[in-house]
Amino acid sequence: MYAYSEFDEDFVRARVRQFRDQVERRIDGRLTEDEFRPLRLMNGLYLQLHAYMLRVAIPYGTLNARQMRQLAMIAERWDRGYGHFTTRQNIQFNWPRLRDVPDILDALADVGMHAIQTSGNCVRNVTADHFAGAAADEVADPRPYAELMRQWSTDHPEFQFLPRKFKIAISGGAEDRAVTRAHDIGLRLVRKGDETGFEVSVGGGLGRTPMLGRVIRDFLPEADLLPYLEAILGVYNRLGRRDNKYKARIKIAVHEIGLETLRDEVEVRFAQTRAEFGGADRALLAGIAGHFAPPALPDGPETIPPGSPAFRAWCDTNLAAHRRADHAIVTVSLKTPGQVPGDASAWQMRLLADLAERYGHDEIRISHRQNVVLPHVRKADLPAVFAALADAGLAAANAGHISDIIACPGLDYCALATARSIPVAQQIAQHFEALKIEHEVGPLRLNISGCINACAHHHVAEIGILGLERAGVETYQITLGGDPTQNAAIGQRTGPGFAADEIVGAVERIVLAYLALRRDADETFGEAFRRVGLGPFQQVLYECKETDDAA
Amino acid sequence: MSRIAMPVVVAANDLFDGDPVWMTPGGNWSRSLADAEVIGDPAGAEARLAAAMAQADRVVGAYMAEVRPGPFGPVPVDFRERVRARGPAPFALPAQAAE
Repeated sequence: MYAYSEFDEDFVRARVRQFRDQVERRIDGRLTEDEFRPLRLMNGLYLQLHAYMLRVAIPYGTLNARQMRQLAMIAERWDRGYGHFTTRQNIQFNWPRLRDVPDILDALADVGMHAIQTSGNCVRNVTADHFAGAAADEVADPRPYAELMRQWSTDHPEFQFLPRKFKIAISGGAEDRAVTRAHDIGLRLVRKGDETGFEVSVGGGLGRTPMLGRVIRDFLPEADLLPYLEAILGVYNRLGRRDNKYKARIKIAVHEIGLETLRDEVEVRFAQTRAEFGGADRALLAGIAGHFAPPALPDGPETIPPGSPAFRAWCDTNLAAHRRADHAIVTVSLKTPGQVPGDASAWQMRLLADLAERYGHDEIRISHRQNVVLPHVRKADLPAVFAALADAGLAAANAGHISDIIACPGLDYCALATARSIPVAQQIAQHFEALKIEHEVGPLRLNISGCINACAHHHVAEIGILGLERAGVETYQITLGGDPTQNAAIGQRTGPGFAADEIVGAVERIVLAYLALRRDADETFGEAFRRVGLGPFQQVLYECKETDDAA
Repeated sequence: MSRIAMPVVVAANDLFDGDPVWMTPGGNWSRSLADAEVIGDPAGAEARLAAAMAQADRVVGAYMAEVRPGPFGPVPVDFRERVRARGPAPFALPAQAAE
């Protein structure tokens, strides 16, 4: 895993010193709030509905045990004992005090972490496949490229004031686990003969105008990554709209000027940037790649040891195929029904750090699905890992199932939200736990956003829920058939929304309709939806509702 | 400047901890909406807001929030303001160590 160079260390410490001074000047009145606000946002400090919130980047979702313990320490010492993992592989502390934030940033720097560019109109935290370096279907580990992009984009002088924020995701597997098509730039590692490169898509984004990224280059040789990205960003910086915040993302530029025109402009700029880079990026990447050498995995049995029904159920849902048959990738669900999706207590963070050290080669990943991943666990060690997780309330056997809900913080925390997400997620998860049909239903993504900005990626879930406010009352719209993978699709809206006390019943009707109409247990919700369309689901949603209302 | 209907309260966030706060009749700040001064005339509201914005050493982002009278003090008209006044739901926190 990447360790800060002297340059990184000096840069991050200097930023903390600057921010400490800025906080002091805000408190003693030398800076007005208007002057201070952009400075605090550049360092990840937001002011939310009830408190400040500090958003800390977890670059490409990778942590080691020491870093996880430091996050636990920060949560206990300066916050309320927990943190919230987000869909952009960040952790958010919901209750920091202004005076403490410079100390928190110093504590992060102690373990090679920061909150830089977690806000603002700049290149945000580069996100990656959470199974990177471990997945059986991997073309190449995306993390060295993600770290290269982190270094390139951090404080990049040309790209600190883009028309709008800019999100990049990179996936290394045959399956796209990084939702690349929903990002401003999506990168998928691919092979062409013996050569490794990227399929580059551009103009993806959810929010009020959901669009899937379109392929601007089907094969970009990996050596050209940074010059090509710099060309896209340069063209966007010039052509992106600055007159209307809602039309400022690159997706609107792609829509308005057309992919072909954008591609031509990018190629012209790329001819220049490619010459300018002159190989420095290649040398940097070679140095970075050494930090991501795969761990030396000991041999072991390729079968999972026997165990209780609970252990077997957990193995069925929470393990993914490792490139080594005697190892497994463990997803630790932060979605125990009734809990706040993505929250972890300091104590749980420490336990996960201990498990990573003892059984997982000191590697931890945070997934965009708001779970924690131990990417390299020997199959022989799975019973011990499961037992420790169960003691900590972390053994929910639901990864990828309906109660593994992505939920944004919603109106319980967020100043932008229009409705609450967390209570709805809790109710749905508890309802399906009580019904005991989750394993019969099988894989099913359900995402809940508390406003149109779509932080929870509801458009690309098989069941998406969007919370809105209508005349002082929360209402929840449903979309069906979204897909975040390489077969990306934007979900289709079923019709009018549902009140807070109707939404759980509506989801149940959708799920029961799917069970009734699927061809067999192997036909997933997404496949069934593509076959039958919205019609049967609209029927159970709205005809039943009318009957209920009439009764 | 303001087109919102009267009466209103003046709301802000505390500079140091970000807590929601409301301006009291004495010009201080309270963490309870029940303590807030309810202002009925637009000119008075503008004056109180100006006074609030001058207290940049104590609060951030002062603004007016429309209220209606309730049995236990003012009740915000806007849904978001009601949530803000009530505070976050008391969620079950993630599991803690036994002691």
